[in-house]
Amino acid sequence: MPDDTPHRLHQLRGSAPAKRHNARTVAALTGNPGCARRAVLDAAGVDKDALAKQIGFPAKFGQSQFAITRGNSFEAQVKANGYAELLRLLREVLGLEIEEVGSTDLNDVGGNASQEVRHTRARQALKAAVEGREPLTFLDHPLLSLDVGGNIVYLEPDLVAFHHDGVLHVVEIKSFAIIDDQAGGSKVAAAARQSAVYVLALRRLLGDDKVSHDVVLVCPKDFSNQPTAVKIDVRKQLITLDHQLTRLARIDNLVEQLPNGLSLDLATHTPDELVSALSIMEARYAPSCLNSCEMAYFCRHEAAGCTSALGTTVREELGGVEYVTRALDLAQGKAVASVEEEEAAAMLRITAQIYGSVAA
Amino acid sequence: MSAISSYARALAVDGGRAYPIATRRHLHLSDHPLAFVPLTMAGEANAPLAAMIGTDRDNPTMLFVPQPRNRTLRFAFADQLATIVLKYIEDCPRQGVETYGKEGKVRYLDAPQMLVPNPAGAAFVRLFGRSTRFRRTTGEYAVSPQVPLLGRWLTWFGERSEHPGSSALVAMTSALGRHWATGQSAMEDANLAALLAWIDPPAGVAATDAAREAEDPTIWPPAGPSTDPTFDNEILAPAIRLYDEGKHERALAVLERDLRSQLEPTWRLMWQAIDLLRTLPPGDTVPVRWTNDRTDFTGYHTYVSGGGFPQARRDGAVAAARRLQRLEREQNEYDATCALDDPLVMASFRVTGEAFAGTVVEVEADRKILSDKGRRVLRPRVVVRTGDPVQLLAATKLRSPSRPKQDVTILSINGDRVGLQIENGMGRAGTAAPGTVPTLGEELTYTSVFPESMRSPELPAPEDTPWTHGGPPKPYTPTDDDAREVWE
Ligand code: SF4
Repeated sequence: MPDDTPHRLHQLRGSAPAKRHNARTVAALTGNPGCARRAVLDAAGVDKDALAKQIGFPAKFGQSQFAITRGNSFEAQVKANGYAELLRLLREVLGLEIEEVGSTDLNDVGGNASQEVRHTRARQALKAAVEGREPLTFLDHPLLSLDVGGNIVYLEPDLVAFHHDGVLHVVEIKSFAIIDDQAGGSKVAAAARQSAVYVLALRRLLGDDKVSHDVVLVCPKDFSNQPTAVKIDVRKQLITLDHQLTRLARIDNLVEQLPNGLSLDLATHTPDELVSALSIMEARYAPSCLNSCEMAYFCRHEAAGCTSALGTTVREELGGVEYVTRALDLAQGKAVASVEEEEAAAMLRITAQIYGSVAA
Repeated sequence: MSAISSYARALAVDGGRAYPIATRRHLHLSDHPLAFVPLTMAGEANAPLAAMIGTDRDNPTMLFVPQPRNRTLRFAFADQLATIVLKYIEDCPRQGVETYGKEGKVRYLDAPQMLVPNPAGAAFVRLFGRSTRFRRTTGEYAVSPQVPLLGRWLTWFGERSEHPGSSALVAMTSALGRHWATGQSAMEDANLAALLAWIDPPAGVAATDAAREAEDPTIWPPAGPSTDPTFDNEILAPAIRLYDEGKHERALAVLERDLRSQLEPTWRLMWQAIDLLRTLPPGDTVPVRWTNDRTDFTGYHTYVSGGGFPQARRDGAVAAARRLQRLEREQNEYDATCALDDPLVMASFRVTGEAFAGTVVEVEADRKILSDKGRRVLRPRVVVRTGDPVQLLAATKLRSPSRPKQDVTILSINGDRVGLQIENGMGRAGTAAPGTVPTLGEELTYTSVFPESMRSPELPAPEDTPWTHGGPPKPYTPTDDDAREVWE
């Protein structure tokens, strides 16, 4: 990284403290890997939620307290009685042969340990486990760390299970139900992305061969509170994540292109100033941003009139032409196609002709 | 999605309103559909929170569960819901019967139709069926006898909805999306309020503004089953707490009022959507597909009335494979028939070159060729000139929507001229009967995509399943475990 990149990122964020990432927000980094705006905002630790609110396009990522309560109580129940239930499940899915369960609770017990202290404790416990110095089975809420664009991010998986042959498995406890062995695809996918973040953090600490790409997802079975476990392979998610983190580490290319002194300091800039600063950073809006990025409503507003705002498939079916008006002009023969546009224009003209011949 | 629907989306952006992608209604709409708007509690597995339901737009029934985590209250909700749904279902056989087929089988003239706001609402129906159909009506954890019956019927609705072209359980966003293209993405179309804002905005409001407003949960509460998290935290949670504290009367009043405010806007949207769909004339094959629903309903009604078992938890492997195959065939058949019914749907096949429309420019009505058996047979030739990008080869079989029973084969394609041979449907005389051969100047559409037969073949009854397909399925016998399953 050139020397001034950290400085310029700090300048961009302004006086506010860097936004803390968690596994969910790190996983969300992979949501739109091509977007430079997001990459820069995340690398700078800008609070996107606050920024979006300030410019009048608040994100809509509320969480119901019912969901939170249920999530916590399910996790507590699964871990109750010295992890008895969990042990049974892991014996099944991982073939754990251990009768006795050892565990280290790495939760913030006193409520006053600093993150560094907790992370150090977790690191020691993990290394001891992998090196076989401690006969451990479960590490409860170990605090891991991951370098995200030059910033240390602390992550807290629900549980790391230690396999007898020296391999660690991430165990993720979720409160959505698996009914008749099926669960909602998008929820499983989100859990897989999030678990991949933990796997990557663990691998960077202990080595790739020490951490399995199979994570264990523990969910309520059918309509009960009884837990059930499934293994999911997160290799694909790991590749995407690794790719995006590498990209963030090379953020200097993107930062270099921004004017010197550019700032998004919420304390000192008016919404208009923030918007014009943002518009310098190239975005790549797609409808899926609405589910994954706090800036989505702003970017959608900005992308009005772009074919990609209608979805990738629609854009392709409009011949890849960038703007709706251009696509229509080509389709209706009101514009002359450039050489690159010729093929798309021919297809659009036919579509327009046929549509016009049958639509009232 | 297709080039046509994407083009229509572009037009919608530019025109500030939705554009049609169908000229006919491709689903059956009952005169008395059962509209159903369910809400669930966040975090729980399909736990009902409230619902608005009924066949009368001005007089819906509202149901709610004051503490959705309470098992007894959940089953009380299921019981109330059962009263409404089962009464609705039992009204159908009373509309009379018809006989069909060589063996003179009997089928009801009407079948139930349930409409929900979106695919997630349909998933609620399926899962609620799953969580109630195995319940016992005696012994420990006994529930009202209506509850497992409701479960079977909700499961039936859920299973029907997987069949392309079935109108038994319909998600309104999907139904509207099949007929109109908006100026937003398919993802945003999943919001019923936003979708309707594009198709039918309030008078004097631009569609784009109305669509944005539709995303504000304080103006348009989500169409469910998930509720707005802010509503959960600020309104619902305190009201449920009141109930938990034993202040039942007060809690019930508050919940009734607040949940009604979450349900009513969607209830109105449901009927607005129904009205809109009714403005389109039904496609010619809609009654045929509805007949399939009626046949299936009759069969299941008979089975249930005879005390049949609830549907199994999961299909066996053979059954699952067969089902997938069947659904795929039904999808192709559905797409093809919709195109034959509707020139605007056919337009998509014309863009891809699988169909074409044009004018008859040459006719050789008395053309005869030597048949395989060496006899001279009548095979008229016509040439159609088209501006469409035809991507077909000689010898391809075609059908025309305006002459659905007549087989036609491509002889040659020369630039924009397609030479066709008429194979049949000209009467038995040596010369073609009047009107059976296209005439000069006639406008015609031909497609290479058409269903095998215009009516779906009657499937063998399950008990006649050949051994090559695993033999007749073993009837599913629910276990004690099924009945006792906890629902916490
Ligand atoms: S919402 Fe905007 S900033 Fe976020 S990923 Fe999408 S385009 Fe990039």
